[in-house]
Amino acid sequence: MSRIDVLARDMESLDLLASRDTPVRRLDPRAKAAVTAMFLGTVVSFGKYEIAEMTPLFLYPAAILALGQVPARVLFRYLLFASPFALLAGMFNPVLDRETAISLGALDVPGGWISFASIMLRFMLTVSAVLLLLACTGYVQVCAALGRLGAPRIVITQFLLLHRYMFILSDEAARMTRAHMLRSRDGRGPGIRVWASLAGHLLLHAHDRGSRTHSAMLARGFDGSLPSLRAFRWSWADTCFLAGCGGFFVLARFGNLAERLGDLMGFAV
Amino acid sequence: MHMADALVSSAVGGAMWAASAGLAGYSAWKLKGEAAESRAPLMGVLGAFVFAAQMVNFSIPMTGSSGHLGGGLILAVLLGPHAAFIVMFSILAVQALFFADGGLLALGCNAFNLGFWPCFVAYPLVFRGIAGREPGRGRLAAGSMAAGIVSLQLGAFGVVAQTAASGISDLPFGMFLLLMQPIHLAIGVVEGAVTAALFSFVAKARPEILAHGAEPGAGALRLVLAAFAVAAVVTGGVLSWFASSLPDGLEWSMFKASGKEEPDVPAKGIRSSLAGIQEKTAVLPDYGFRPGAEGPGSMDAGTEAGGPPGGDSAAWPAISAGTTLSGLVGGLAVLVLAGLAGFCIRFIKRRP
Repeated sequence: MSRIDVLARDMESLDLLASRDTPVRRLDPRAKAAVTAMFLGTVVSFGKYEIAEMTPLFLYPAAILALGQVPARVLFRYLLFASPFALLAGMFNPVLDRETAISLGALDVPGGWISFASIMLRFMLTVSAVLLLLACTGYVQVCAALGRLGAPRIVITQFLLLHRYMFILSDEAARMTRAHMLRSRDGRGPGIRVWASLAGHLLLHAHDRGSRTHSAMLARGFDGSLPSLRAFRWSWADTCFLAGCGGFFVLARFGNLAERLGDLMGFAV
Repeated sequence: MHMADALVSSAVGGAMWAASAGLAGYSAWKLKGEAAESRAPLMGVLGAFVFAAQMVNFSIPMTGSSGHLGGGLILAVLLGPHAAFIVMFSILAVQALFFADGGLLALGCNAFNLGFWPCFVAYPLVFRGIAGREPGRGRLAAGSMAAGIVSLQLGAFGVVAQTAASGISDLPFGMFLLLMQPIHLAIGVVEGAVTAALFSFVAKARPEILAHGAEPGAGALRLVLAAFAVAAVVTGGVLSWFASSLPDGLEWSMFKASGKEEPDVPAKGIRSSLAGIQEKTAVLPDYGFRPGAEGPGSMDAGTEAGGPPGGDSAAWPAISAGTTLSGLVGGLAVLVLAGLAGFCIRFIKRRP
């Protein structure tokens, strides 16, 4: 199975996950989008050496994972998939920042390793939050929520149409790649000239498809916006979710929960 | 060369989000009411094309490595800069959402680096400047090559500047710049070459498609100037946050004057302003300078007032082996609790 097939299958499986009926799914997409934004803001507001202070935030993805009934392996797969990126981003810190930051008995921990750990924690938290938003809400609903929150109509339409055609054109690209691979001697990717011909044909197909779709949509009264089938209803549960999560993030940011818990457990010096 | 959430500070991420969202809003406003707005299907399909074409890797001659298309310039030529920026924004958002490429907070940085430079600078000023209105094959190729190089160089510089301004990674600005610019010169040449090859194919097969792109008028130049003004404000905002380390430095030297410090420390302070911030965060613990280490509230107040680097310097001195140990143990306990909470909720939910 090629890389493209795997990506397409992953994206479809996320959409399937989002179509199940769970308590998190029933919340208003606007509330979930707002909470995710607040969560991301809280994560990145921590200083580069504050790792213990950041850990209470793991409660949020853990709770959403459980309440949204998202299989943990889906999350781990995504984290694994994106981890080279974070490792690359953080790998220079231990080399460049060697000054001892903390001493635990005889063990001196350089600042670089702490900031590296901080980068990995940030990566895990931010990637989990975004994946859980998608897996518990669905891409289309997230877009609709952004539209209701004031994003320009053409941007939202673009987001929805991109999602609609991404799979179709990715399939086409996958077929082209497979056909080329089966006919090439060394199994390597096409050279630039052959690539231009492949991508050029794909572009011409896409352009024609876009023009046909455009005519068909205009004939059906398209005025620049795509109607959403699901009505948005803000309920008390959404208010509680928003306020509860917001309160927890403030507490996690300013309450120094990890240290207090450590003190409670008798590790205070 | 995507920026990652893990590397972006809240100040830089927020500023770049504001800039990119502003540009997307401006583009949407420019397209409003025009026939372009009803050209949304074409925008959607061409966005999907760039997305799909990025998945088809090509082998780069003589290197044994492979690359893929960036796509900003192609979109700008086919759709005009405003629609192209919105399409690039949507592609990057989907990559951030589904593949964790970059991340949601870094999306502002990425849209600026990979969308703004090719659509609003390289296309109107470089590509159109060289290729003109009805380009032949040679001018088309030269325009694509120059625009590819310019947009990748500016984009790479954007990544370096944003990384350095965020201060999460310890990579020094100069070293990172020397690493990124030459690599992206090569990537820019390849991007220019594949874009030129694609244009050459389309120009032969269906020349009318290339003529569809909206011509940038005087408005494009005005927009570029306005965007540079925005960039200046953003840079000013970010730089002022470096400047805010100055009072800290004064405070620090006043503290030093009180006679508690080791003599060798000031010599270490002579570094670039970037390194200085990190230096300060590492030096202060030696002083036992603990502004409210006992009260988390005062520590957080420092974090809020100073922005991330100030926050570091304020939060850092509070760390001692004892508090750190209790923090680390507490952190681990919280992680275990988070896991347990998840399992409990799931267990309760599974019961009939």
